[in-house]
Amino acid sequence: MHSFGYRANAVVTFAVTILAVMCGMASLSDNFNSPSPTADVKVLNINWFQKQPNGNDEVSLTLNISADLSSLFTWNAKQVFVFVAAEYETPQNALNQVSLWDGIIQSKEHAKFWIHTTNKYRFTDQARYLMPLFSSGNNLRGKDFNLTLHWHIMPKTGKMFADKIVMTGYSLPEEYR
Amino acid sequence: MDWQGQKGAEIVMQIMLVVFAIAGLGTGYAIGSFPTMMLTYAGGVVLTALITVPNWPFFNRHPLKWLDPSEEERHPKPQVNVAAASKKKASKHK
Repeated sequence: MHSFGYRANAVVTFAVTILAVMCGMASLSDNFNSPSPTADVKVLNINWFQKQPNGNDEVSLTLNISADLSSLFTWNAKQVFVFVAAEYETPQNALNQVSLWDGIIQSKEHAKFWIHTTNKYRFTDQARYLMPLFSSGNNLRGKDFNLTLHWHIMPKTGKMFADKIVMTGYSLPEEYR
Repeated sequence: MDWQGQKGAEIVMQIMLVVFAIAGLGTGYAIGSFPTMMLTYAGGVVLTALITVPNWPFFNRHPLKWLDPSEEERHPKPQVNVAAASKKKASKHK
């Protein structure tokens, strides 16, 4: 501490150490938040449902997604990545997930939203890619599936949180259309 | 900066930074604004640097008291053996 340079160095070093501790505590404070998000997804229409030339089933849906994720926004939340996935079981796999729609919410004001959309990404069963010799690929006909709203909270500092809301009771028709 | 000034500067620096950190964390959490915490703390760091880094006069209130030069004359340093020293010099010249 005997010279200007040494004192400046001591201030900066100690300040940055404390800054790291502050960021850690800001991250820990997220644990005190108990969010109560709500979500509802309606399948308004099955636009078409067909077998691709390679044997995989593909379906096009019209969805109405409404959700209130504003309680996820703590002071340490930078943005929330949210996506809707169709989840179903096949003989080959206990869990298949197909992302249908996603979005990035950047502020609390936009966290309560409502969107009417067709699936942004193709809803295709991958059976024929994964097990081309053992699967006929007719996995989606008459299939019951869940629509799950997943979210990942990206914090300003610290730990990333992820959670989901599972909505059950959706099913695909028995016949192609 | 004298010895006591250095000690004082270090203590002041540590206390100020910790206090500003707690204040920033508290206000930021209370009003739910991360930038507020960062700005409060940044302001605190700048203020701390201004107070403790320059060599302010109030860090120099306890100057060391050195002995008077006359005291040194009364107790001269022990002299090196002159003969041995000159021998060394001579051999070097060869």
